[in-house]
Amino acid sequence: MNPFWPERASVYAGHIDLLMWAFTGVVALLAGPVFLLILWFAIKYRRGQAADREHVIDQSMWIEVSWAVIPFVLTVGFFVYAAWIFVGLQRAPADALTIDVVAKQWMWKFQHPEGQREIDDLHVPVDQPVKLVMTSQDVIHSLYLPALRIKQDVLPGRYTSLWFKADRPGTYRVICSQFCGLDHSVMGGRFIVMRQADYARWLATSQVDASLAGQGKALYARLGCGGCHDARSAVRAPSLVGLAGQATPLQDGRVVTADAQYLRDSVMAPNRDVAAGYPAAMPTYANLIGEDQVTALVAYLQSLAPARSGAAS
Amino acid sequence: MSPVHRPETVEEQQSYLRAGHSLRSWLFSTDHKRIALLYLISISAFFFVGALAAAAIRLELVTPQTDFLTREGYNRAFTIHGIVMVWFFLIPSIPAVFGNFLIPLMIGAKDLAFPKLNLLSWYIYVLGGIFVLYTLAVGGVDTGWTLYTPLSTQFANGHVLTIAAAIFIVGFSSILTGLNFIVTIHTLRAPGMTWGRLPLFVWSHYATSVILVLATPVLALALVLIAAERLFGLGVFDPKLGGDPLLFQNLFWFYSHPAVYIMVLPAMGVVSELVTAAAHKRIFGYVFVAASSIAIAGVGFVVWGHHMFVAGQSPYASVVFSFLSLVVAVPSAIKVYNWTATLYKGDISLDPPFLFAMGFIGLFVIGGLTGLMLAMLAVDAHVHDTTFVVAHFHYIMVGGAVTAFFGALHFWWPKITGRMYNLVWGRIAAALIFLGFNLTFFPQFVLGYLGMPRRYPVYPPQFQWLHDLSSAGASILGVAYALPLVYLVWSLRRGPPAPANPWEAFGLEWTVPSPPPKHNFDTPPVVTGPAYDYRLKTVRKRR
Repeated sequence: MNPFWPERASVYAGHIDLLMWAFTGVVALLAGPVFLLILWFAIKYRRGQAADREHVIDQSMWIEVSWAVIPFVLTVGFFVYAAWIFVGLQRAPADALTIDVVAKQWMWKFQHPEGQREIDDLHVPVDQPVKLVMTSQDVIHSLYLPALRIKQDVLPGRYTSLWFKADRPGTYRVICSQFCGLDHSVMGGRFIVMRQADYARWLATSQVDASLAGQGKALYARLGCGGCHDARSAVRAPSLVGLAGQATPLQDGRVVTADAQYLRDSVMAPNRDVAAGYPAAMPTYANLIGEDQVTALVAYLQSLAPARSGAAS
Repeated sequence: MSPVHRPETVEEQQSYLRAGHSLRSWLFSTDHKRIALLYLISISAFFFVGALAAAAIRLELVTPQTDFLTREGYNRAFTIHGIVMVWFFLIPSIPAVFGNFLIPLMIGAKDLAFPKLNLLSWYIYVLGGIFVLYTLAVGGVDTGWTLYTPLSTQFANGHVLTIAAAIFIVGFSSILTGLNFIVTIHTLRAPGMTWGRLPLFVWSHYATSVILVLATPVLALALVLIAAERLFGLGVFDPKLGGDPLLFQNLFWFYSHPAVYIMVLPAMGVVSELVTAAAHKRIFGYVFVAASSIAIAGVGFVVWGHHMFVAGQSPYASVVFSFLSLVVAVPSAIKVYNWTATLYKGDISLDPPFLFAMGFIGLFVIGGLTGLMLAMLAVDAHVHDTTFVVAHFHYIMVGGAVTAFFGALHFWWPKITGRMYNLVWGRIAAALIFLGFNLTFFPQFVLGYLGMPRRYPVYPPQFQWLHDLSSAGASILGVAYALPLVYLVWSLRRGPPAPANPWEAFGLEWTVPSPPPKHNFDTPPVVTGPAYDYRLKTVRKRR
């Protein structure tokens, strides 16, 4: 490994490195004259040294305006470019492979759509957009993949996401970068970018009972969700078939999109946003199941919709 | 220097230092100069506490595993380092010591507007400090100085409540000092000391005071909410209780970003004085340097979101905060360019105060420009929460503010104590601090870009050589910071008496004897010309 430059696992990482180098060049251009002039003046005009000290001025509007404006103009373009690619980081392509992430003190749980789970290590296929949908079971963590030059904080009670396309197979690092308590510094593992065939083989050899949606279906049955939500149920509760991704009117008149965040909150804090026309009768499951199980339930509900819609933005 | 104890001079016998010899005459003094010295002693003690914690951190990081401290111990070490250095050293440092001592002298006043309030603010500082020492004695705290929720409210098992109380209490000391300065600058200026003639040190303290008064209450509020959630389970920040964890970050950074300017604006004021005095020439662009302090204080209130680019904040808010963070760099750049222009055709003394000022400019420029890198959204997504950020803010707060603090100490020491120190040792200390600082923190930029997270006592072995460079630099820095303590204390007994104006500088504080009499001015001064009017003196051309 190059001791001065971090490994690069994506084209995007190359853009960031280039941006850093170019900007470093510009700031050297802005700071260099200051350093050189201060030293030069300090030597040339030091006390006791004969020098021309006549005709000094102590103000000039033009000089002030130029050194206020020129550096600004030289740097603002970099800010626009950096903002542009950052905003792009928020929008995953439609064909991205979604991997769910649950962080807890002090481990990472990754759940692949076909149901494979892993802890601390993350396997992903090369050249395939991957979207991580992340939440935390306890405090704030941050998923940091230095080889891709990206990170995103992982919050309790909320889904945040991050997407990337790795294009160089290899083993890199997964890091928690937001201080999260005692074992913060060892909360991490390997980030393994695999050739697509290898990834498929890895998925196949990982022991799995069911896909993520399948696990959610089993959980749905085990928790007895159907007792209220199934069509033939005696209790009046909204049907969940086809709900995911739909506009859903709420009791207080708002209309929300039933995205992953809404579905999660409806399980963990059901009385926060009650569907219009139904009593607020559902108990919370926050004390019964963890975020990884909620993720499976959400995947199941999304599988009942026409297509699995993107998770919360 | 002859090794004899030099007897007191007439000026010393008539000075504030001899106006009462009892402990009581110091602890109940309302003289701004004596209170400044009380602050100097107490913040130096806390600087020592914070420095010990820093030494523990750098020692632990010599190897990739934990060996000297446990992980828990490391977490507690960097937490107490941050809390002590930010609230018990940096924020009071220049304002409470040099602002206190100099503002009345610079504007031609007898004292601050509220001398008793000034003494009260020192007692409040001490009370806050006692809470810190208590927290340390019972085992410390493990949240980081940022106290992020819900870690601090629901999960941390250190002494969060007592440290929150310490910060809450010391905040009132800041507020009272800021209030005192604002009223003093408005009401106690000598005849003829118009706003356009105020020394730039006073302008920057005015801007600082506005931030102290407006921002500190928000921190106090956030700390009360932490206590309410931790004690009573009030659901403010923890989502399990129905709260919002990011609310805390918004409140915290709404104070803590302007707090960076609380630390660096007074430093800039010091450097403006040091540069123009060393050059014996009126500062270039007085109006722009003064106005840029106000601009920094104003715009500084609307950039806090740049601490939250990857926190889950709306990306569009992040774009706005990124742009405003570029805007706030402009007034800082104006200052740096004006200082440089001031040196042109100057008559420059290469004495210790000027060397510290040059050190400040160099380190502040690096700190500021790396701050621009961090303000770029996509770059921040990589280096946020790495040692790159640690290096950046240490360049501003240590390379900048602490270097300026030492510059101020070396510039006004003859005025404060009436004694000259050894200038050769002063130059050596200035050079060592500059070298030691760069060796400590420059490697951390590289480490951060390589992906070294902050607050990690455990790291991949390939980072070790950079960490070792940093730790080696820290030991040089430790010696360099201790050095002035030796020759400055030495100067108290053996240093030659200082004349009223040893640096041939311009300013009302140099017209009174060194050390000044208790009431500062025998006859109230009348100001008749602009600040830094060095044309009044003929520029000396020795030899």
